[in-house]
Amino acid sequence: MKVSQISVFLENKSGRLAEVTRALADADINIRALCIAETIDYGVLRFIANDPAKAKRVLSERGFTVTETTVLVVEIEDRPGGLARVIEVLARAGINIEYIYAFLTRSEKAFVVLRLEKMEEAAQALQAARVRILTGPEIYAL
Amino acid sequence: MAQAFFWNREAECLPRPELEKLQVERLHRVVAAAIERVPLYKERLGQAGITAGDITSLADLRCLPFTTKEDLRDTFPYGMFGVPMEQVVRIHASSGTTGKQTVVGYTRSDIGVWAEVIARTLGAGGTTGGDIVQNAYGYGLFTGGLGLHYGSEALGAAVIPLSGGQTKRQVQVMQDFGSTVLCCTPSYALVIAEVGAEMGVDFSRLPLRVGFFGAEPWTEGMRTEIEAKLAIDALDIYGLSEIIGPGVAYECLEKAGLHIAEDHFLPEVVDPETGEPLPPGERGELVFTTLTKEALPLIRYRTRDLTVLDDAPCACGRTCRRMRRVTGRSDDMLIIRGVNVFPSQIESVIVGIEGVAPYYLLVVDRKPGKMDELEVRIEISEDIFSDEMKELERLEQRVLSEIESVLGLSVRVKLVEPKAIARSEGKAKRVVDRRDLFK
Repeated sequence: MKVSQISVFLENKSGRLAEVTRALADADINIRALCIAETIDYGVLRFIANDPAKAKRVLSERGFTVTETTVLVVEIEDRPGGLARVIEVLARAGINIEYIYAFLTRSEKAFVVLRLEKMEEAAQALQAARVRILTGPEIYAL
Repeated sequence: MAQAFFWNREAECLPRPELEKLQVERLHRVVAAAIERVPLYKERLGQAGITAGDITSLADLRCLPFTTKEDLRDTFPYGMFGVPMEQVVRIHASSGTTGKQTVVGYTRSDIGVWAEVIARTLGAGGTTGGDIVQNAYGYGLFTGGLGLHYGSEALGAAVIPLSGGQTKRQVQVMQDFGSTVLCCTPSYALVIAEVGAEMGVDFSRLPLRVGFFGAEPWTEGMRTEIEAKLAIDALDIYGLSEIIGPGVAYECLEKAGLHIAEDHFLPEVVDPETGEPLPPGERGELVFTTLTKEALPLIRYRTRDLTVLDDAPCACGRTCRRMRRVTGRSDDMLIIRGVNVFPSQIESVIVGIEGVAPYYLLVVDRKPGKMDELEVRIEISEDIFSDEMKELERLEQRVLSEIESVLGLSVRVKLVEPKAIARSEGKAKRVVDRRDLFK
């Protein structure tokens, strides 16, 4: 149910992100979704890869500060209101979202990555509302 | 040559033989008082077998043991006071190496001496009773504010006790009140110039004429810039709270070194390694013996400031020797916005925070028209790395507030990647000072 996400601490200097993407490319790792949160001094790259354990290992070996976090990935309709429905479920359940990002595939569905304050409760609330939650292997196979 | 002005021509131009005779008398007296009233001196001089009777010439000075900041720390807070608290009328403090402050006291007479040397300082720049002194040194435990304040009053000038900060207000007051003299740190003078320029002020049209800038190291380049931007003469002023505060030495309008108020503070320059006195013209560590201080008499106090003594006569006619601008430190102390900062203070904070690697780098910078900035870089480790920004911000905030409370100075904290800070086998490089003050 929960999906593993890899996060990397990146100082704001040119070429740093390129080193990450090159390392992943060389290790034949595919990135399914990513986002970067930034401050004036540094950024945090978060991504979902087809092989999280390997991604983490490869980056750690190259001296990056890496952490693995669990997130929920849910499927939404790729049309107006698709995201609103999911967010409203969480709002009604009183669950705060730490961060959120979305990605598309070549289908009629869109996917939302959620890091939530109460992951278990959130999963239950979403399932009760018949929101489809994806497993790791399902995402890697998208 | 520049026109020479004096507050106390007699004292400042005393013929050398008379001055030296006075110094020996006072040295004898201060050694006697120190042995009698300060246990540390009684013990230390006793062990060395020295009595006040042994002091018959200035050459005897070199037999006396040194006093250090550590001595003040070890006897914190009042252990080296030479008078009972009944006679102390003022206490100031500056930061120390391990979080403990260096506490200094003054008797009424000490306050008088201090005001006298500040009056000489201001007088050397042509300040008279008709002047309006805008005092933008910080008022409080720091000696800058009250030191300049009482000195201005002693001279008879009208002092505006603005203290530091609120730069727009500083410029407004300068315009409205017609300040003729400015006292602040040199970097703050440039901030005032910058803010004033943004406000559309033409300083050359204001009555401001001269400024006394100290409490931090600065350069001839900064002097040129301040003088051009504020349309004034910019004079250097030196001091340290242990000796009395600002006013220990000051420039005249020749701007060729700082005259030491030698009838009150006896200077030496020594080799910082061996402690051996160096002849005039050689660079070494400045050492002072207070000749008239009552509350905190100090014998051969190691300032850790590196400079050169100059005994050539000055064109102004003052007979007291000059010291050149301070050109470095024999310890790792930094002076940032007039505040003393020891890297060990920051280290003690960082090692106390779980998950933060014990590696740090201090980057000091002075951007044009801005005050000095201290950036503390610390390494993030996987133990504390969270991908939630609020957790990282919380960590930064915690480091920031703990450092600020220890230093009494606002800083910037920057998280960097592990191994971003160079490891070195010998003495780690912990400071990058981009101000280029000592070049």
